[in-house]
Amino acid sequence: MSENIISVSHLEKSFGGNQVLRDIDFKAYTGDVISIIGSSGSGKSTLLRCINQLEKPTSGAIFFHGKNIQDPGFSLSAYRAKVGMVFQNFNLFNNLSVLQNCVVGQVKVLNRDHGTAAKRALEILEKVGMSQYIEAKPAQISGGQKQRVAIARALAMDPEVLLFDEPTSALDPEMVGEVLNVMGTLAKSGLTMLVVTHEMDFAREVSNRIVFMDEGVIVEDATPEEMFVNPKSERTKAFLNRFRNR
Amino acid sequence: MPTTFFEWVLFFADKYGLYFLQGAGTTLLIASFGTITGLAIGLVVAVLRTVPIEANDPAPRKIFYTVIRWIFVAYIEIFRGTPMIVQSMVIYYGSAELWGLDMSPMTAALFIVSINTGAYMAEIARGGIISIDKGQYEAAQSIGMTHTQTMLHIILPQALRNILPSIGNEFVVNIKDTSVLNVISVTELFFMSKSAAGTYMRYFEVFFITCVIYFVLTFSVTRILLFIEKKMRGSESFVIHGSQTVPHAVIKGGAR
Repeated sequence: MSENIISVSHLEKSFGGNQVLRDIDFKAYTGDVISIIGSSGSGKSTLLRCINQLEKPTSGAIFFHGKNIQDPGFSLSAYRAKVGMVFQNFNLFNNLSVLQNCVVGQVKVLNRDHGTAAKRALEILEKVGMSQYIEAKPAQISGGQKQRVAIARALAMDPEVLLFDEPTSALDPEMVGEVLNVMGTLAKSGLTMLVVTHEMDFAREVSNRIVFMDEGVIVEDATPEEMFVNPKSERTKAFLNRFRNR
Repeated sequence: MPTTFFEWVLFFADKYGLYFLQGAGTTLLIASFGTITGLAIGLVVAVLRTVPIEANDPAPRKIFYTVIRWIFVAYIEIFRGTPMIVQSMVIYYGSAELWGLDMSPMTAALFIVSINTGAYMAEIARGGIISIDKGQYEAAQSIGMTHTQTMLHIILPQALRNILPSIGNEFVVNIKDTSVLNVISVTELFFMSKSAAGTYMRYFEVFFITCVIYFVLTFSVTRILLFIEKKMRGSESFVIHGSQTVPHAVIKGGAR
């Protein structure tokens, strides 16, 4: 039986008068690969950003291994090292080389020595097929390559959970595949993943659970089979139909 | 005695050459010291002003950073809002009168130019920091880096590169504006020129030389900074290591 790793309880988030998340309850277990789908503005990115505390929730709580991450004594820095994030716009550190991008966090946050960190970074860059570009600067590589480095940067911290915020939405169509491949391999490795995505094929084939969000609430939380073959909610049906007819 | 303009110029260049050089040296020393210290002050002020104050922060922390911000805004507004020539009078004579400080004009000059430049640099640096894409902060935060680490290793290196032209601007302004320090008898280029000119009552010829020296100083500085800027920009393309078609692209870094 896998262990509960992240649980979100009665989470609400408003930006001014605009309520983006309403009473979100959600649990992720170790090894889960959860795709979060829904139209833009449904709050799925905000949920992910709340989990990483890039946005502070308006109310409600988030637990990591049963500990409330908003408690005053909770080390946000250590938590974030364990819960990595991959962004839509890659956000590689522009002043650092590919290798340094994957080293800086290990050295500064995990206090690894530079040699160990570089060795670990190289192993991971090799896995994502970027070991030939270790000395390149982010400006010198393509979008797909940037995103693979961004994944490597998050993996170098040896996280327990990786959050993906629309990782392929900013990519040219021919580069989407290389990033999804890397993510597929990761999913098989047993890493817990939360993926906000519009890639329905990925959601269907790689994830073990799909969460459909609409207007700030979780409408449906089901396995890919249930979700795609037999969705319960009318809103889910309407959303999936729009995707099919594209 | 010399009679024509050129004779006078040659006369002064010959007789006061060393004098001019000393003055130029002092000017350059004050300007570079002031610019570098000012930049350091500016960076510290800007970084502290950008520390985020969160709603759920403990009260002492909130109060501390709110007070700090208030003090920094006051510092910036006062030093940007009054002429350096007046600041130097107030600080030089004021420190002697109020606290009995016996600063040498040179010490006072270094202090005044630094603190004045710091006020401008604080705003330049703040501009540089907020010009960096928010995603860079978020990425650093998302792997657990603290605000200070994020600033030091990710944001400032990029911000510095962006504000280099403005830093150069300040440097040039400082080379020229140190001339106002003659009011507290700092023996910089303008002061030296004034004494040389006064001795022979030849203002045009002397200040013509002074003018040329100032220009040579500022022009050299801008060229050097332009060179540094180019160096920092780096290459747009990258040759992958181990490429079959590019013979010099060998694999480095112990990848295998």
